[in-house]
Amino acid sequence: MQPDTEQVWRWLSEVPDPEIPVISLTDLGIIRDVEWRGDTLVVTVTPTYSGCPATGVINLDIEQKLRENGIDKLELKRQLSPAWTTDWIASEAKEKLRAYGIAPPIDGTAAAGVLAGRARRMSGEELTVPCPRCGSVNTARVSQFGSTPCKAAYQCRDCLEPFDYFKCI
Amino acid sequence: MPSLPDVMTPDAEALAKAAGNGARAPLAAGTLAHDLFTGLTRLGDNALILGHRVSEWCGHAPVLEEDIALANVALDLIGQTQLWLGLAGEVEGRGRSADNLAFLRDAWHFSNILLVERPNRDFGHTLMRQFLFDAWHQPMLKALEDSNDARIAEIAAKAGKEVAYHLERSADLVIRLGDGTEESHARMQDALERLWPWTGEAFVADDIDLRLAEAGLMPAPESLRPVWDATLTEVLSEATLTTPDSTFAHTGGKQGRHTEDMGHILSSMQWLQRAYPGATW
Repeated sequence: MQPDTEQVWRWLSEVPDPEIPVISLTDLGIIRDVEWRGDTLVVTVTPTYSGCPATGVINLDIEQKLRENGIDKLELKRQLSPAWTTDWIASEAKEKLRAYGIAPPIDGTAAAGVLAGRARRMSGEELTVPCPRCGSVNTARVSQFGSTPCKAAYQCRDCLEPFDYFKCI
Repeated sequence: MPSLPDVMTPDAEALAKAAGNGARAPLAAGTLAHDLFTGLTRLGDNALILGHRVSEWCGHAPVLEEDIALANVALDLIGQTQLWLGLAGEVEGRGRSADNLAFLRDAWHFSNILLVERPNRDFGHTLMRQFLFDAWHQPMLKALEDSNDARIAEIAAKAGKEVAYHLERSADLVIRLGDGTEESHARMQDALERLWPWTGEAFVADDIDLRLAEAGLMPAPESLRPVWDATLTEVLSEATLTTPDSTFAHTGGKQGRHTEDMGHILSSMQWLQRAYPGATW
């Protein structure tokens, strides 16, 4: 008997992100659809960043999880549009990120190219990222890119902790 | 365990022929499908060759954070390459994958602009090259979001989000180094002057570009110039750098005529696939 799609979603919510294991694939918002087409289960996945090396691992993890649960006929579909955005990260997951030491994305602050970035700097509205460890807003960006393309490197000027900020895209 | 086939394997030729089995004839020049294939390889090859160049810094950058940032930019570009060359292979319909196109073509079949194959030289030169490219790449992707071909529009929307961060980073560093110490300023001015003759090519159209623009598939190259100019004026003046006033542009990369550096890039980038035909993991 085919498990219903709700059950499949529950299984997928138990698959951790390979880079940030405290959040699941469904927390991350990259599973776009789950549906049965005849006797084949089709899972639609959208990549976070086009070059993210975790994408291949994520597909393997999905396959393994579903096979363990007896699903033999499985198709993984890649969907690019609409492009993944950090707005799809569930709000509980943002708390999990913070507890894990990664500052979660601040909605509505995606880069729009140099002119917009410069306009923000000039108007003094540069992005403030609170330290996930001590909560201080006295933090500074060290680099636009952190340990993965989706993160930037920051340092707290109060507790001195270096940390990753999950950039908004 | 049997070893991988290499150049000494007698059936390397048979392997190559098998890989080409079932392939359709090459697309005829002058058809819209051929134009589209070429336009897509231009996008993919720019991302691939620049991505490869930037990846050469891995483990060599002046500080750890910049090493990581460079590797991440390279990774984004190589991811975008997979999308563009994957679509190019699909349009061509001869069964060539993005990997086949990246690793099994020779220099004269690459259609990247010459700017991206310029050697890295120092860190400042690498960042100046990145900025000059990003300032073109970002409006290019923005315009491609309006392509009549939905497959192009969705790749452009995806890549554009990543490239917005590339541009903010390269512009920030050009400003910091240009308006930095006497030494860093001199190096950035030197980089700008050395790279300048390689920037114009992106805006020079050939017949393929014109037909793609007419079909609403890709923007006309010169239409991107005003935004590029505006970004340069703004960033270079803040960086206290002087824009060269020459309009001379080296061209040819888009048509497959490359500089000597291209062969050296390919000899390192394609070594494995050429030494071990058909190797996979």
